Amino acid sequence: MSAPLARTVDVAVVGGGIVGCACALAARQAGLGVTLYEAQRVGAGVTAAGMGHLVVIDEDPAEFALARLSMRLWREWSGWNAIERRTTGTLWIAETAAQHDAARAKLARLAAAGLRADWLDEQALRAAEPRLAHDLVGALRVPDDEVAYGPEMAARLAADLRRAGGRVEEMSPVAALTDDGLLLADGTRVGAGNVLLAAGCDSVRLWPGAAPLRLRPRKGQLAITDRYPGYIRHALVEMGYIDSAHGDADEAVAFNAQPRVSGQVLLGSTRSYRDSSAAVDAALLGRMVRRATRFLPDIGSLQMLRSWSGLRPATPDGRPLIGRIAAHASRPAGAASHWVASGHEGLGLTTATGTARLWLDLLLGREPSIDPAPYAPERSFGGTP
Amino acid sequence: MTQEQAAIGAVESLCQEVGQQLSLRVDGRALTVCEGTLVAAALAIADPRRGARVAPGGARRLPFCGMGVCGECRVTIDGRPHRLGCQVLCADGMEIRSDD
Amino acid sequence: MTETRRAEQAPLIEADIVVVGAGPAGLAAAQAAAGQGARVLLLDAAPAAGGQIWRARQGVAVAAVAQALAALAHSGVRVLAGARVVMPLPDRVLLVDGPHGAQRVRWARLILALGARERLLPFPGWTLPGVFGAGGLQALVKGGWPIAGQRVVVAGSGPLLLAAAATLRKEGAQVVALVEEAPTTVLAGFAGVLLRHPAKALAALRLAAGLRGVPVLAGRRVIEAAGDGRVERVVLAATAADARGERAEIACDALAAGWGLLPQTELGEALGCALAPRHGERAIVVDDRQRSSVAGVFAVGECTGVAGVRAAGLQGGVAGRVAAADLARVGEGEGASPAPAVARALAREAAFAAAVARSFPVPARWAERLRDDTLVCRCEDVAWSDVRQCADLRSAKLATRCGMGHCQGRLCHAGLSASLGWARLPARPPAMPVALSTFLAAADHAAAQAGADDGAGAPPVDVPAPGAAAAFPGAAGAAAVTVAGSAAGAPVPVAPTPARAD
Repeated sequence: MSAPLARTVDVAVVGGGIVGCACALAARQAGLGVTLYEAQRVGAGVTAAGMGHLVVIDEDPAEFALARLSMRLWREWSGWNAIERRTTGTLWIAETAAQHDAARAKLARLAAAGLRADWLDEQALRAAEPRLAHDLVGALRVPDDEVAYGPEMAARLAADLRRAGGRVEEMSPVAALTDDGLLLADGTRVGAGNVLLAAGCDSVRLWPGAAPLRLRPRKGQLAITDRYPGYIRHALVEMGYIDSAHGDADEAVAFNAQPRVSGQVLLGSTRSYRDSSAAVDAALLGRMVRRATRFLPDIGSLQMLRSWSGLRPATPDGRPLIGRIAAHASRPAGAASHWVASGHEGLGLTTATGTARLWLDLLLGREPSIDPAPYAPERSFGGTP
Repeated sequence: MTQEQAAIGAVESLCQEVGQQLSLRVDGRALTVCEGTLVAAALAIADPRRGARVAPGGARRLPFCGMGVCGECRVTIDGRPHRLGCQVLCADGMEIRSDD
Repeated sequence: MTETRRAEQAPLIEADIVVVGAGPAGLAAAQAAAGQGARVLLLDAAPAAGGQIWRARQGVAVAAVAQALAALAHSGVRVLAGARVVMPLPDRVLLVDGPHGAQRVRWARLILALGARERLLPFPGWTLPGVFGAGGLQALVKGGWPIAGQRVVVAGSGPLLLAAAATLRKEGAQVVALVEEAPTTVLAGFAGVLLRHPAKALAALRLAAGLRGVPVLAGRRVIEAAGDGRVERVVLAATAADARGERAEIACDALAAGWGLLPQTELGEALGCALAPRHGERAIVVDDRQRSSVAGVFAVGECTGVAGVRAAGLQGGVAGRVAAADLARVGEGEGASPAPAVARALAREAAFAAAVARSFPVPARWAERLRDDTLVCRCEDVAWSDVRQCADLRSAKLATRCGMGHCQGRLCHAGLSASLGWARLPARPPAMPVALSTFLAAADHAAAQAGADDGAGAPPVDVPAPGAAAAFPGAAGAAAVTVAGSAAGAPVPVAPTPARAD
């Protein structure tokens, strides 16, 4: 316990997913000494499992603010012009009059925030996406939404981090956060002034806080097809997706499809609290396909190459935890500061850079770029389970 | 005798041996093959050089592994793309299209 | 076209014993099980039964297959060709992509006879038109690929080269050379092993007789296939590391190259069966009754270790009898081992298989044969130079797309293993590409099961948005189609069933 420290760094980031990489780079660019510890490979965890949809979700004002900040920062970043990133836009598809009204309200909020959006009626929708079913009410089009590949973004952030003098330690699992910094699984003690916990679902295991961490894995499954270039042009999401994501159902399916640069169609989405194994649940996958056929009637005929699952880190109110972790009263005065940036559910890619900016603001004691209260790690979750 | 003539001759004598002839189209071109011929083979009978698939880098590929693993024999059969030519037998009236 | 299949459109077929794979092992297993009175269903992905070694020639079954199918018909075994197992479903059900769409198959005992596939390794020029696997070209030619009059080089390593060359010659190809990596000394040693297995020696002699006049070059390897838009010549070099650097070129119209066989274990893995190396390659682990590590699941033939057709037939027989006895709760079930004569025969086959593995190993230091621009992933056109700098297979996949294409690593893994020693990643469903609509049957199955389990219980419903259209109802109930046992007059297909485009 009193073995000499292997090294000392200003900031040790635990977790090399998209959020950890963005935070590590931001800290390094602010002049801090940074080492990123990743248990396996950068960007290969839940970051690799997700759809890579950079989508501004506006229903929750806090998420909206974080997403807007984040998208601005992404676009300012020199590494933004990645191979797999494409501006496809999103079509939020309405089936019913009620969804049409909800879409209109969404349009208004986006417009008020200065974001481009327009409403496509049935006819315009058919022209925009010929493969869609013909009995839909219409869609809200958000033309500036993007589709990217999480692992590629994470790899680019990590490359920038290394070039800027930061360190990336892969295959370096962390055993615990300590008063000095970190204890690695191989027994190495790392000294750090600050430790940022950005380890997705693994944040639960490493949580050093006095109060329990209200984070649980919310499993999702996806399927990808062979190449069908031009089958769809936009990211297509049903309006019901928002309720699925924000709801608390044990198991839910919502239509979400996008064209990849390769011409493959990536199909989602499912949410389940029922199991956190890596195994693909065929029945749930089937329900996901069935839901998709409501919107794309012939999608069932596409050849599927692979399905997989991922565990979204989910909090009771759907917002991430960003900020300082309240310490046990027994911790010594000069102990390392522990921070968290985790719990992004399905919006890790969209909000990674915004998360990094907000966290850095708090770390450096600057005026926060957005209101940090909604993400406070110690917030009460309003009585939700 | 050219390679192509040899191929056609072989097909004809084989059909005499095993029976039924099938009429189909490969890339718009009418073709007659024997029953028991794989779609992959029909491609070669129609045009020995053309192959099935175009790889992402632009090169044309011919069937390779013969057992449905490599996917190089993928063609569109009766309007449905990504069918494995080495795993499907020719049928009368079939419409086969290789990648452009 | 609207894809709204319900359970009744994806029928549930029930059988006592389901055999996956209709090659020598599967045919033997089905016969043995049916012979004990079990209701048996035999599935195969290919358009016709026979597997690889007994592949039909121009649609005409080889004698062994025709005989087996006749016997199966007589016993009331149902044979389903063109049926690919997509993935296991809960409670002993398989999701199958059949000739008429998705099907569910319920089994009480499962016998996996998944066979082996050829080990195809990358080398400069291997993607040129006219370059095939050795077994690959053999299979294509049996399916009508025109080869008559063409000059073919057969290369690589292992006894399969002989069989491939013999087939090609029989179909009118001019086999201009058979190039075997193993040096003459090893071949001589192998010939010595052959002498201890008279049946195999005889088979080898017959093959050799059919190849009289074909130059056999031992201790040589193909280092490049070259040509303008298709292969026109192959470049050979000596295999031995210390050999003189002389090259030779052989002009040809086609190159058929392969390096032995790999057990196909994917469905076993998906079921949770333990795997371990056997005869040099990872295979499904079985005991002397062919039981895998998963209760109720047997495995036979090449997928348990590449050991040839005779071993496959014997193992199939063992599994068929044991599985049937299990269900009849008769004697053999947990008790008796296979007959001593069978055990002895299998031991001899295993010894021969070990000799094959020793004599014709995967060539060492495969990476040295690759150039920067040699494609290691054919599906996605990923070059060696991009892959070799990656830390492991998962990183390579994410960074280069290697293994993300149609074959999902099935082909390129062999090359990456030989070049970099990388282990395979866990497989994810489906076992092979299938239409998305196939999975609708899985959803219906679960809904039907849920309905069956709690009677009036509602099937799971997709969470709708407020005011959204009604959620899709779960399936009403499974339509169970029981396979006829020995019912006289039950129509059973005897001839190979062609897979039709649907």
